[in-house]
Amino acid sequence: MHGVINRAVERFVRDTYGRDVWLDIMRRLDLGFSEFEAMLSYDAQVTPRLLGAVADRLKKSRDEVLEDIGTYLVSHPNMAAVRRLLRFGGPTFQEFLHSLDDLPERTRLAIPELALPELTLVDHGADRFCLKVHNPEAVDVAFGYVVLGLLRALADDYGALVMLEHMGAAGHQETLGIHLLATAHGEGRIFTLGKAAP
Amino acid sequence: MTLGPTGNTLILLLDMLCPMHAVLGMSGRILHAGPTLAKLYENGDPIDRKFQDAFELRRPHTDGSMAALRALAGAKLHLRLCNPRQTEVKGMLVPLPDDGDGPLSGGAVLNLSFGIGLQEAVHDFALTGRDFAATDMTIEMLYLIEAKSVAMEASCNLNNRLQGAMIAAEEQAYTDTLTGLRNRRALDAVLTRLTESERDFALMNVDLDYFKAVNDRLGHAAGDRVLQAVARAMAAETRRADIIARIGGDEFVVVLPGVVDHHRVGETAQRLIKRLEHPIALQNETCHVSASIGAALSCDYRVPSGQRMMEDADRALYAAKEGGRGRHVIYAQETGISGPDRSGGHK
Repeated sequence: MHGVINRAVERFVRDTYGRDVWLDIMRRLDLGFSEFEAMLSYDAQVTPRLLGAVADRLKKSRDEVLEDIGTYLVSHPNMAAVRRLLRFGGPTFQEFLHSLDDLPERTRLAIPELALPELTLVDHGADRFCLKVHNPEAVDVAFGYVVLGLLRALADDYGALVMLEHMGAAGHQETLGIHLLATAHGEGRIFTLGKAAP
Repeated sequence: MTLGPTGNTLILLLDMLCPMHAVLGMSGRILHAGPTLAKLYENGDPIDRKFQDAFELRRPHTDGSMAALRALAGAKLHLRLCNPRQTEVKGMLVPLPDDGDGPLSGGAVLNLSFGIGLQEAVHDFALTGRDFAATDMTIEMLYLIEAKSVAMEASCNLNNRLQGAMIAAEEQAYTDTLTGLRNRRALDAVLTRLTESERDFALMNVDLDYFKAVNDRLGHAAGDRVLQAVARAMAAETRRADIIARIGGDEFVVVLPGVVDHHRVGETAQRLIKRLEHPIALQNETCHVSASIGAALSCDYRVPSGQRMMEDADRALYAAKEGGRGRHVIYAQETGISGPDRSGGHK
């Protein structure tokens, strides 16, 4: 499993709950190190174990943790780069939804080794959509909940009003229900194509 | 200016398909600027300006006449906009038919794009997705630049950490843990480096005398403290650039880079032996050791080899021990073993 996923879990815990909580989790896991390297690979079993340990420590369900991670990836200032890359998906939330099919391909352009779930958007008309999340077979992680949190935060980011629900899983496939109630409900956050020079 | 129904249709098409274009009339005046191009002229609308007042054609060189411009049909043009930022752009010009029909006759369409300065221009002019045609790859390009930068930054961070870890590991692998001196592995690397870069150096094989007695009488812990004291003494008697390694229980090697003088090696050896004969104070004991030294100089060899010099210094050391303790001998190439009276008998 590519380290970038484990590293995202780590950053989520550290940025939200602090270093002590993170070190506590890593001590319990007893992996022999206390930090993940984004650009290294780890055994595929590490991620589900890590998520289990995080859920135990935070006294939340694993699904809740995954959803929180999705929200964190879009809304935390330390993850501004991720939010920007997602916002390249389109100028409106609706266009963004339609760009989700390309997301794994776009990710591979940046990090070829990173296997993310394939996403398929089904348009049911009347602003109702289904998003099928096909989790990679080798990985025991329900990415659908991460996507759920991601979409929730991105809807805010675009200023759209959206009803989202996790409609369950069948095998490696999860389904999310999306009801777009208003595209320009709130202010949203500004996104400019041009990035200020560092 | 009215462009007629055909002209208006053309401009509608161009505005959508290539919003960064200009339409030039027969006289070289700008009749129309695409919406994205118009945004780049913060110093006022480019319409009605002459070509030369709106663009600086940097390559290829022409006299700027409309006839010369029309002759550049299809070629890649390097231009600079006459705007405050002097934005560099790439361009391509297509002549319009010269049929005497309407204001576009004998004119041209000039389409432009940002070259490598794309990211900066998009930022400077606050361009959005709507400033580019839906088929344009600009957005993908910007996405790719950012995505790759993020990945590259992560890779660079990893490389820096790995490099730090590698340096620490090498440092550890090259250090004798008891004394903090270099170890055998480090010595081999130093000798290889010196001989490969053909730099001259002297090498001294230092063997402690009476050390076994200390070990036997006071135990290994005391022996270790003596070795540490010896290491400190050797460091104090040598230059910063010299390399001191512990290669066995009580065997040390000192490498003196740049030294080509027998006399100077002899002096250094004597000084070292004298210093090592100072009494060493342990917790409730004082002990005495001495040292014998065999040395070899790279300048004595036609083609110096670290291994060969170590062997010869060993022979010289053996000769020094034969002659009594606390002596030094310098290996001399011409006689095969210690030169006459090069042993600086010191007692």
